[in-house]
Amino acid sequence: MADYNLIGKDFIPQDVRPKVTGTGKYSEDFKKDGMCYMKMLLCPMPSANVTNLDVSEALEMPGVLGILTADEVPAVNEPGYPMLTNKPRQLGMPICAIAAETEAIAAEALERIRIAYEPQPFVLDPLESLYPGGPNALESGNVTGGGEGNPPIHTRKWTARDFAEAGEDRLPMGEAPVEWSVGDVEAAFAQAALVIDEPFVTASSTHQALEPRSVLAYWENGKCFIHGSSQSQSWMMPGLARMMDVSLDDIVYIAEYCGGGFGAKASPYPIQGMAGYMAKKIGRPVMMRVTRAEEYHLGGTRPGFQGQVKLGFDAKGKMIAADLYIVQSGGPNRGSGDYSSAADALALVYTPTNMRFRGAAVVTNKPWHVSQRGPGQNQLATVVEPLMDRAAKELGIDRVAIRDINAPEADVVFTDSQSTVTSAYLKEAYKLGAEKFNWEEKKAMSGQRNGTKVIGVGVGSAYHSAGSNGFDGLISIRPDGKLYVHSGVGNLGTYSYAGTCRAAAEVLGSSWENTVVLRGDSRQGLPWTLAQFGSNSTFTNTRTNFVAATKAKEMLQRLAAMDLGGEPGDYEVANEAVTNTSDSSKTMTFAQAGQRAIELGGEWDGTEYPDNLNDVTKAALKNVTGSGLVATAKDELFKEGSVPGMAATFCMIELDTDTGKYEILEMHSIADCGTVLHPQGLQQQLRGGAVMGIGEAVLDRMIYDPQNGLCATVGLYQTKPPSILDVPTLIETDAVNQPDPQNPFGVKGIGEPAMGCAASALLSAISDATGTYFNRTPVSPDMIVNALSGRPQSFTPLQVNV
Amino acid sequence: MQKKFSSDRYDPQGAVRDDVSRRHFIKGVIACSTVAGAAGLMTGCSDSGDGGSAPAGSAERLISINVNGMSRNVDVMPNETLAHTLRNKLGLTGTKLGCDRGSCGACTVMIDGTTVNSCSILTHTVRNANVVTVEGVGGGNGELHPVQTAMIEELAPQCGYCTPGQVVSGVALLQRNPNPTREEVRHALAGNLCRCGAYNNYVNAIVKAAGSA
Repeated sequence: MADYNLIGKDFIPQDVRPKVTGTGKYSEDFKKDGMCYMKMLLCPMPSANVTNLDVSEALEMPGVLGILTADEVPAVNEPGYPMLTNKPRQLGMPICAIAAETEAIAAEALERIRIAYEPQPFVLDPLESLYPGGPNALESGNVTGGGEGNPPIHTRKWTARDFAEAGEDRLPMGEAPVEWSVGDVEAAFAQAALVIDEPFVTASSTHQALEPRSVLAYWENGKCFIHGSSQSQSWMMPGLARMMDVSLDDIVYIAEYCGGGFGAKASPYPIQGMAGYMAKKIGRPVMMRVTRAEEYHLGGTRPGFQGQVKLGFDAKGKMIAADLYIVQSGGPNRGSGDYSSAADALALVYTPTNMRFRGAAVVTNKPWHVSQRGPGQNQLATVVEPLMDRAAKELGIDRVAIRDINAPEADVVFTDSQSTVTSAYLKEAYKLGAEKFNWEEKKAMSGQRNGTKVIGVGVGSAYHSAGSNGFDGLISIRPDGKLYVHSGVGNLGTYSYAGTCRAAAEVLGSSWENTVVLRGDSRQGLPWTLAQFGSNSTFTNTRTNFVAATKAKEMLQRLAAMDLGGEPGDYEVANEAVTNTSDSSKTMTFAQAGQRAIELGGEWDGTEYPDNLNDVTKAALKNVTGSGLVATAKDELFKEGSVPGMAATFCMIELDTDTGKYEILEMHSIADCGTVLHPQGLQQQLRGGAVMGIGEAVLDRMIYDPQNGLCATVGLYQTKPPSILDVPTLIETDAVNQPDPQNPFGVKGIGEPAMGCAASALLSAISDATGTYFNRTPVSPDMIVNALSGRPQSFTPLQVNV
Repeated sequence: MQKKFSSDRYDPQGAVRDDVSRRHFIKGVIACSTVAGAAGLMTGCSDSGDGGSAPAGSAERLISINVNGMSRNVDVMPNETLAHTLRNKLGLTGTKLGCDRGSCGACTVMIDGTTVNSCSILTHTVRNANVVTVEGVGGGNGELHPVQTAMIEELAPQCGYCTPGQVVSGVALLQRNPNPTREEVRHALAGNLCRCGAYNNYVNAIVKAAGSA
């Protein structure tokens, strides 16, 4: 492996100290002179038309500054999610908002609004919507996105026969909007030594980042300032500009800290615009503090699945056929491609030689649904991994061995689009994990009893396409002699915004102490990059910083040759200077180079820049040009195929057969994330992902009352995200540390698979201890007790909202 | 016999909607369909803003409270929570609000050495007590508490929103138990939710701080 100064080493990111001292400012921590408060009126039923809205009494209240209604904000067509609407299609969808001198006055004014609703039919269960005559969640239809020639939203009903033939225990499988296949699935099933065919449910669960999505907005000199809570930084700019109907130059976006997002704060969301429009209307800074309960309606929900999976294995355990059908439960909006990503994950992680996928994304009158950590891939892991155990047991094969047999190699080709990967070391992760966990020894302990306690051991894996390309890098070397790396990555808490900046310092031989990371405020001049989602930042932004730093290096060499004589190739860049390799007296420090670039202007100080840059980067350059030697470049390095972040987890539990409760005794997670960029950051992601995975496996779900469509999970005490007592006292982590050939430093992402592998390993261990495959997440203790005592579960196999 | 679908107002074996159940539904929501004030009851968002803004007819009163070793004079409402006073009147925004309902622990402060959710205690009740927030756990001149130093070294925070609460819980633990076991640290942090799942690293940091304190 290459010998690096910074890559692969730990460091202290600049935002850690402010986090432990409480000085880091999240959006709700800002104050602005003249700031007032805004609160929203939320729809009290799952679907309604507002027939009358009388706000006169509210507006007469002392301290009330104004109201914002749906007529005053951009209209959005279904299946887009509206900022404000008179046709709310979800419990808690905002109808209007009031600004007042204090929050209490705003809340009281909301109560004085007189409003009449006409309740509309609603649907909470996708299968109900697909049934002939069943309700559509939206006026324009019930099925979104995906599939050749399908409009963004349309109506699709299956036949009564589809439902009748399926009965209670199978997914009805009507005509699918999305379908693809590889090979001859039916023929392969006919040859299979073992066929497993099961219905499954994965619950809709909520992201519940600890920081609610509060926002502060105000206008100064024609510019709209937004302090928001978002995972992303530069990615927010075009969407916010569109939302506010201003140019990129007139949006100032500040998001130095974000109290968690997990996918639900990846892109601009309507609340941010709502505060901006109110601020514009009343001419005052507007703070909207979002409450925890509001967050459950507006803070994003992971799409749930109802599905049927049929897997065929040969006698050696190779998966020779897979047939997957997923009905995805969305909210009243476009939603995400979880169901398609789940199919891709099955195709890659288990490499079935023949496969068919069918899927439908159905809208419901439940909250805004959006990608959550490992969207699709992680649900799929919780469905298939326990079934791999079942196949192993029925075929008499070791459970790690069956995974290894099916795991992809680097030359894998998967799905109907014949996708490829940049690298794949899942097999190595299983091997390392089995060693670290001592699989053979632990396996022998499986089923050991001590009174009512029984030991279960499990293994699981997950994948996510963890890297992208085509974005811009921007760095400046200034007369103060420092290297400034401009990071458009958001601050999700992974520290990859900083870790990826070390790539630029590495290329330029600059010490980390001499490197300044600019971030968190668009006025810093932050280049275009992808959102901080999809575990992509590490791969994507080491590339952008590599290309910008490589360009800076070339510029420094050229500048030195021009001023000091010789050829650019005679100079090397190191120790914050550019120096002639044969005559060290010919040297120019970073400080001198920055000063010289400003004097020269043109291509040297950012006045001239490549044409292929994104508009966001071009706008950012206006804040950087003339500050020093400015190097900016678009990442046009070679990239072909998916960048698979993969991980495997091994765990052991002790389960009490009387109560269905268990203790996780040991958990080891192993990453295939390419070369390790930041060891502490990796450990954090593997551990944090495991904790969230435990939640996905056994705790997290949203529940809706089927009669009135009301939400029964609007508090942390109801949704129960894992507490410290729900998780192991120490989760062991490691990485295979094999470089990815398509990244200049060999790195790739890991955040999302870190969750799915732990979730599926825990389910695997529960199944091992109980001998039951639940085909559902979350698995609750009462389900375990029912299974162990031979009682039927309290729901049918495909029932949701339980 | 279980129905196939969770909804009791719809028979999936039939082709038409169940009108009786539909009426039932409408009845359920009609009672609140004209006054917006009831919306909060249905959505679960029935709080009327932060505890501390003036509801009509109530008045602020000047009181003195001891925060981080300093006596501070502040006008508070009778219904004002300590979290509101700290954040909005004393500028101590290190104390975070994650739920405002005493279930997340992001607003944890010490009152006379005991950890308390500051969202769930009224300011006027702490007039005679010593309040310590995350801003006050270290020494003067920006000196960090060993728990804070260890959290930096262990890269304990992820998004950082729960961190001030974890710091205060950790400091309070070491004050009453200078050498806790890992298990004791876990229990001390049991009221501090971390959605990023950084629990192991917080425990590591507090155990490390105990060794160096």
